[in-house]
Amino acid sequence: MSISRRDVLIGGAGLAAGAALPLAPAVAQANIEKGATLRVLRPTKFVDPDQAIFNENTEAFTKATGVPVRVDYAGWEDLRPQTAVTANTGAGPDIVVGWADDPHIFSDKLIDLTPIAEELGKKYGGWYPIAEKYGKKDKTNQWISIPMGASGAPAVYRESWVKEAGFDTFPKDLDGFLKLCRKLKEQGHPAGFALGNAVGDGNAFCNWLVWTHGGYMVDENNKVAINSKETIEALKYAKALYETFIPGTLSWLDISNNKALTAGEIGVTQNGVSLYFSIKNSKDEKTAAIGKDLNHATMPVGPFGRPSEPALIINAMAFKHTKFPNAAKEYLRFMMEKEQYDKWLTGCYGYWTQPLKGFAESKVWSSDPKIVVYRDTWERALWSGYKGAINEAAGTVNAEYVVVQMVASVCAGQATPEEAAAEAERRAKRYYRT
Amino acid sequence: MALAAAESRTAYKLDQSWLVRLFDNKTFLICICLFPAAALLIVFLSYPLGLGIWLAFTDTRIGRSGYFIGFENFVSLWHDKVFITSVWNTLLYTSVATVGKFALGLWLALLLNNNLPFKSLLRALILVPWIVPTVLSAIAFWWIYDPQFSIISYVLVDVLGWRDTYIDFLGQPWPARWSLIAANIWRGIPFVAISLLAGLQTISPSLYEAAMLDGANAWQRFKHVTLPMLMPILAVVLTFSVLFTFTDFQLVYAITRGGPVNATHLMATLAFQRGIPGGQLGEGAAIAVAMIPFLVMATLFSYFGLARRKWQQGEDND
Repeated sequence: MSISRRDVLIGGAGLAAGAALPLAPAVAQANIEKGATLRVLRPTKFVDPDQAIFNENTEAFTKATGVPVRVDYAGWEDLRPQTAVTANTGAGPDIVVGWADDPHIFSDKLIDLTPIAEELGKKYGGWYPIAEKYGKKDKTNQWISIPMGASGAPAVYRESWVKEAGFDTFPKDLDGFLKLCRKLKEQGHPAGFALGNAVGDGNAFCNWLVWTHGGYMVDENNKVAINSKETIEALKYAKALYETFIPGTLSWLDISNNKALTAGEIGVTQNGVSLYFSIKNSKDEKTAAIGKDLNHATMPVGPFGRPSEPALIINAMAFKHTKFPNAAKEYLRFMMEKEQYDKWLTGCYGYWTQPLKGFAESKVWSSDPKIVVYRDTWERALWSGYKGAINEAAGTVNAEYVVVQMVASVCAGQATPEEAAAEAERRAKRYYRT
Repeated sequence: MALAAAESRTAYKLDQSWLVRLFDNKTFLICICLFPAAALLIVFLSYPLGLGIWLAFTDTRIGRSGYFIGFENFVSLWHDKVFITSVWNTLLYTSVATVGKFALGLWLALLLNNNLPFKSLLRALILVPWIVPTVLSAIAFWWIYDPQFSIISYVLVDVLGWRDTYIDFLGQPWPARWSLIAANIWRGIPFVAISLLAGLQTISPSLYEAAMLDGANAWQRFKHVTLPMLMPILAVVLTFSVLFTFTDFQLVYAITRGGPVNATHLMATLAFQRGIPGGQLGEGAAIAVAMIPFLVMATLFSYFGLARRKWQQGEDND
């Protein structure tokens, strides 16, 4: 076993084998430790091909370098605790493809990835600015992680119903959006956005709402700034918009809007691209017909002036405790190279959108005009804890649904916009105290 | 050669007698027999509990170990409206659900104690809500309470036409609380019913015969024979039921995640939310530790209030 592995390694470095293995020359530079093995932990698949292609790419890495890699898949809610245990005990996986904020929480336990991040950036048209924000340690130029993908949350709507409501295209401004939703409600196809404790969809809608009105949780110096004129405007708008929603959205969890859209109960919601494909590829004819009528658009833009939406981000990190740092770095670089990355991006129908600008040219984005809007997820994305640092407090405020509940309490009529904003400020300050 | 053999034989004998003596020693035997059980308890119960209590007094977060901060977590929780709501919710949830479970469970046990056709089959069926994994039944209830796809709403609106709109079970605080309590009662009834049924079967029929000869009616027989005879097992079942309900997590987490706007957060769900997804391990542990006094009180109440009766200790019941 070890002999054959070394054989491959030597072969990979040699010129003769270079012809057989097209990736060999690049790999040879990486200086991979002899006898290296790697363990990788990542979130479990959300779209079917995700896991299969990730494994294929990993096998290709083993073939090219001789480094055996074991990939473990953790449930989405288990990933964060497992990352924390890995970081704290200095044992377990060498690489974790973790959630957005996690590399920033464990930054002092991570290998510097600056060289490979810069190399990848140069090769593939540069990183999107928000990808840099996620990859670099706060206020430095040191890369601590490689953002691998983002799942955006633009509007998903029923094209024919929006046309019926008198809109040829999906409205780009807040007034138009409110008018559309009122019209849709009149026609019996109301809007539906999650306002329950839905960690993905609830935060997506409510953060968009606050951001697009020019509000934000904290300023550049991590001072809580949610209780602002802009936020109160956002909440007033939310109240008006809520009147047009299908009943029951205050109890909606992450899956509820998927169910409602699939059943043809709602005319517009917000979601990742996976929903479109699951409806379109449904074996049930009625559902598949809905798929033909679906389309996507960026969420409307308010005083903020440009599209903004939260995204679900996976962010890969390599730990200092690994015995084979070069192999780990090489693995991450390898997975982001075009041969592998494009296959994964395309295979997942663009579910994990590229953080490197060059992949915007990928075939997946011309494969179906309806999904093009997801291509620019990283251009629109803002991070949780915008405008401050990506840190623990931001993560906790998100997990505590502070923004979601601020919006929900106004929509439910339990609080005035002013009261709700003050309450959100009080709750956020609990975690942003120093 | 011979000498060596003899020597080794004596050594062997000595060795054996030493071992035998050791195993004859009562203290040693007790220790060694207790060791596996005690080790399991210490490793898997005492240590995590102790660690949890320790964490409650630190500012540990996921990602870094904390420092001892005394009662700071508890003071901060005392001023936290969400935490206070969760305490009230937990008390309400536990008390109402326990009363419901006992009323219905006792009734069911009395019914099952009669001679019914297919008695064993019925008793087995009763257990179904209890043996189904909680998460599974929680998901079933989640569908039942769904604002768009609820079977109850469907029947009332589309089949019977008694209502015009679908019921918003989980979107408002009070309906959401009652819905969760109903689901919890449904889940808890079998445990109470089957345990009490076991208790009922130990009551000797001759007691009822004697009561009937004395002219007692059905209610009097229940009050003066069944209930007192059932008290000891009632106390145990009540204690367990209160503990299970108080620490319930799965139903609420799967159905509402504590929403709408924290109206249904229980201490257990809040502790998890703060501790794991929120990363504030210390604060999460503090919420969990705050449950301990309530649990101890509930246990003591049901133990002393119901179990320690004179008749149980063989004295006259005056």
